[in-house]
Amino acid sequence: MTPLLKVEGLGKFYGRHLGCADISFTLWPGEVMGIVGESGSGKSTLLNCLAGHMPPDTGRVMFDTRDQGLRDTLEMSEPERRWLARTDWAFVHQNPRDGLRMNVSAGGNVGDRLMAVGARHYGDIRRQASDWLGRVEIDAGRIDERPRAFSGGMQQRLQIARNLVTGPRLVFMDEPTGGLDVSVQARLLDLLRGLVRHFGLSAVIVTHDLAVVRLLADRLMVMKDGHVVEEGLTDQVLDDPQDAYTQLLVSSVLQV
Amino acid sequence: MSISCKMKGGGMIEISGVGKRFVLHNQGGVVLPVMEGAALSVRPGECVALVGASGAGKSTLMRMIWGNYRCDQGSIRVAGVELCGAEPRDVIALRRNRLGYVSQFLRVIPRVPTLRVVAEPLRAQGLAEADALARARALLARLNIPQRLWSLSPTTFSGGEQQRVNIARGFILDWPVMLLDEPTASLDSANRAVVLDLIAEAKARGAAILGIFHDADARAAVCDREVDVTGFTPARDLSA
Ligand SMILES: Nc1ncnc2c1ncn2[C@@H]1O[C@H](COP(=O)(O)OP(=O)(O)OP(=O)(O)O)[C@@H](O)[C@H]1O
Ligand SMILES: Nc1ncnc2c1ncn2[C@@H]1O[C@H](COP(=O)(O)OP(=O)(O)OP(=O)(O)O)[C@@H](O)[C@H]1O
Ligand SMILES: [Mg+2]
Ligand SMILES: [Mg+2]
Repeated sequence: MTPLLKVEGLGKFYGRHLGCADISFTLWPGEVMGIVGESGSGKSTLLNCLAGHMPPDTGRVMFDTRDQGLRDTLEMSEPERRWLARTDWAFVHQNPRDGLRMNVSAGGNVGDRLMAVGARHYGDIRRQASDWLGRVEIDAGRIDERPRAFSGGMQQRLQIARNLVTGPRLVFMDEPTGGLDVSVQARLLDLLRGLVRHFGLSAVIVTHDLAVVRLLADRLMVMKDGHVVEEGLTDQVLDDPQDAYTQLLVSSVLQV
Repeated sequence: MSISCKMKGGGMIEISGVGKRFVLHNQGGVVLPVMEGAALSVRPGECVALVGASGAGKSTLMRMIWGNYRCDQGSIRVAGVELCGAEPRDVIALRRNRLGYVSQFLRVIPRVPTLRVVAEPLRAQGLAEADALARARALLARLNIPQRLWSLSPTTFSGGEQQRVNIARGFILDWPVMLLDEPTASLDSANRAVVLDLIAEAKARGAAILGIFHDADARAAVCDREVDVTGFTPARDLSA
């Protein structure tokens, strides 16, 4: 089997300030990997480097492209990378405003991604958009409303629909449940869990919430000060943490 | 089955030389050696009980076999797969296809109805939803979970109800290897009898089962042998 994503020696500095360093891992098709760690530990930096939002200073990010197998995404041309970002990849931002077009209708937000990959038939696009609104539990009757009119949880679900409608193979998520009420979080998590299982998605999910990784992630990477301090099977890292920082992290939350 | 040729000694669970210690970094780096030289074997169709006093290491050994505790030393092979040092994806594949586990307590997932909780292992193997749900219903009925509860999340269920949901989930698949941690605790005698029947049926179809049962009668009813984990306790330096 070919890995979906292979990361080798990835590092990123902001001037002289360390973002993240020495990150290597292999993600296999269908795997969901969680990344946890304290604030400022480099999680978002890593995710943004993986997703091509920001060039790392060192290392390689190899992705299993549909036609040419494993390729270093950093050596791709900008249009190639943009095409990947629209087709095989998806990125769910913590703040739905960063991932949605706020002055475009809900249906338009979902249809937009379809059109970016070449869909032209208005009726088909609208039908698919409406189907996806249903999947993320947004009443199809609200298809013409702008996301502004939606609650935070609905906006986040809309962002997920917009991202998944084109059938990506790899989804990056940065704190997808952050900033939401606990009850809204639970609903979103259940939805994400269902979608991940149903479509056999591979995903890299950054979160500070250990309950989220317990529920969604097969594997877990723990970061501190820009470095990975521990990684492994999610329940092994949470139930039998080896590193001092991981032990502290796990023991400082109520049972997860 | 094709994997049997890969198995040494004919056991579906083969453990040898297993050692385990916990290092508590945030409590002065205390080192707790809890296991040394653990060895056992469970053949298809056999049920083996882990026994030993509280704190002797029964659950620890079982968790190392499930893979949520890391094995520091030795070898743990389940259905031919080495678990010590295994990659996450090997453990995930083993859990999806060969290894079932009834944990002591159900881990409830908010909002997921009981029927889906129970059907999930079948769905993960790709069985059609309708078939998976049909099996889940049959098992829930057999375990006397009232039908009105099936569409609810087990979050609000009683301890015994949650445990029976957990058992239904554990027995929904014909796993070749099963781990049972106190499956009959907190059950009344009627439900206990159902669980013992389920275990006997699993043995009859050839499952290799390793269990922890505080209830000696349950042990006598379904287990062929006992392994006392006290024998795997490391020599402790009592002067320290
Ligand atoms: N654009 C930037 N310029 C300079 N420093 C930055 C920049 N972005 C991040 N950093 C620094 O890099 C380090 C890693 O930041 P990053 O955003 O990756 O952390 P994080 O783990 O995502 O934290 P949080 O959980 O708070 O989101 C931090 O010390 C941060 O201050
Ligand atoms: N995650 C852990 N961290 C530190 N020590 C642990 C951990 N898990 C188990 N132990 C220790 O390992 C030893 C064996 O515990 P274990 O839970 O395996 O016992 P047991 O035989 O299952 O007991 P019981 O019958 O009470 O359930 C105990 O001393 C326990 O405190
Ligand atoms: Mg961040
Ligand atoms: Mg125990």
